[in-house]
Amino acid sequence: MSQAESQASAAAPAAEEDHGPHAVPWRALVAVYVVLVVCTGLTVGVSRIDLGNFNIWVCLLIAVIKGSLVALYFMHLRWDSPFYGIVLISAFFFAALFIGLALLDSHSYQPIIKPTPMALPQAPPP
Amino acid sequence: MSTTSTTNLASGIAHGLERAPGHDPHLAHHFHSPEQQYRSAKLGMWVFLGTEILMFGGLFCAYAINRHNHPLVFSFAAQSYLNVGLGTLNTLLLITSSLTMAWGVRAAQLEQRRVLITCLILTLVGGAGFLVIKAIEYQAKWDEHVWIGQWNRYNNDYNDESPYKEAPPAQPPSPTAAVSAAPEAAPSSSDANKATDVSKVKPRYIGPTGLANAPGQPSAPPAAEAPPASGAEMDQQRAQRYRDLSAGDQWRVSTFFSCYFLMTGLHGLHVVVGIALISWVLLRSLRGDFSSRYFTPVDLVGLYWHLVDMIWIFLFPLFYLIR
Repeated sequence: MSQAESQASAAAPAAEEDHGPHAVPWRALVAVYVVLVVCTGLTVGVSRIDLGNFNIWVCLLIAVIKGSLVALYFMHLRWDSPFYGIVLISAFFFAALFIGLALLDSHSYQPIIKPTPMALPQAPPP
Repeated sequence: MSTTSTTNLASGIAHGLERAPGHDPHLAHHFHSPEQQYRSAKLGMWVFLGTEILMFGGLFCAYAINRHNHPLVFSFAAQSYLNVGLGTLNTLLLITSSLTMAWGVRAAQLEQRRVLITCLILTLVGGAGFLVIKAIEYQAKWDEHVWIGQWNRYNNDYNDESPYKEAPPAQPPSPTAAVSAAPEAAPSSSDANKATDVSKVKPRYIGPTGLANAPGQPSAPPAAEAPPASGAEMDQQRAQRYRDLSAGDQWRVSTFFSCYFLMTGLHGLHVVVGIALISWVLLRSLRGDFSSRYFTPVDLVGLYWHLVDMIWIFLFPLFYLIR
């Protein structure tokens, strides 16, 4: 894959006279758009069905699929050097790491939180 | 390392000029070739987009912690106040404008200038439509007194003594209004917002149900001044759901709106910046700057716009579709 990429980039200046840069086929753009619209409808529909705790995961899964489609086709990552994709995925990875660790932490101390006076609406002024 | 780029480099050095004769007019002197320049610019854009994701990641973290620990707060507030129809419409608008942006990049690469200009205009229309709908939604939140801080009726600092009047509290309440509503609170009504001195904060749990319905609150004197005739406006179901929340959750309802306005507001700011950038690209394409050899600005602004779309793809289900 990377070899093919480097070959393509090496050949790019020569090929530029003939074909120019790689443009995403319009059929792919339209197909991705249709899938995105369908996924939007799907996520709205699923939110009306009670799946308990799975609602949030289904929502997130559909969102990840939609985001991946946008990144791969609209943002051209499918045909680009994998390096850009690595930058994107590592940003998502570190954001997820941050959120996950913070959630674990908050989950562990949440039971021992004592309400502050501000948190108690019934605290009468002295 | 083709011969042309070496020649360009050599001529650039020989003339000591950035734009030597026979030189690609867009090639800066510190790059070997247009290809290398394009890839560097694109990598820089991707790194910037990575930092954008990390910035929003902090906000998503705040959201995740609040929602994980207080799920009922989020389901109550989202289902009571957010408009799924408008949110879906906005999602479709952004996806469509993403499509037209991607098509615009394609048109720039293929040197279809009219298609490029049309696509950029359509993208601008999509972004503007998104902002208009967002403004309608924000206006509705304002009218229902669920903005942030002292303009949120669920907030401890809620700074309106007559929350169910017709006019929204554009300014802090006038002294006369405060006096008429609650004489004993008049001196502290403005101070309470700045200094969160517990002794000065008046218990002001004027939810949709009014103060008297806060659980565990026997009969505090201000309870008698709970807004009368509020039920006409308020959805009974919403009031019942609010009553069913625990006292701690009732106190936290305003954090949902803090998350909502911070995240959608920052996203909206990105949409504004994106519209400015697309307008700039549109002006340049009207001037005929772009060709199949040089379309970097179109491509990079497109990447930014797609990222804004991608962030909304996550924001939409997380806020509007809470079950």
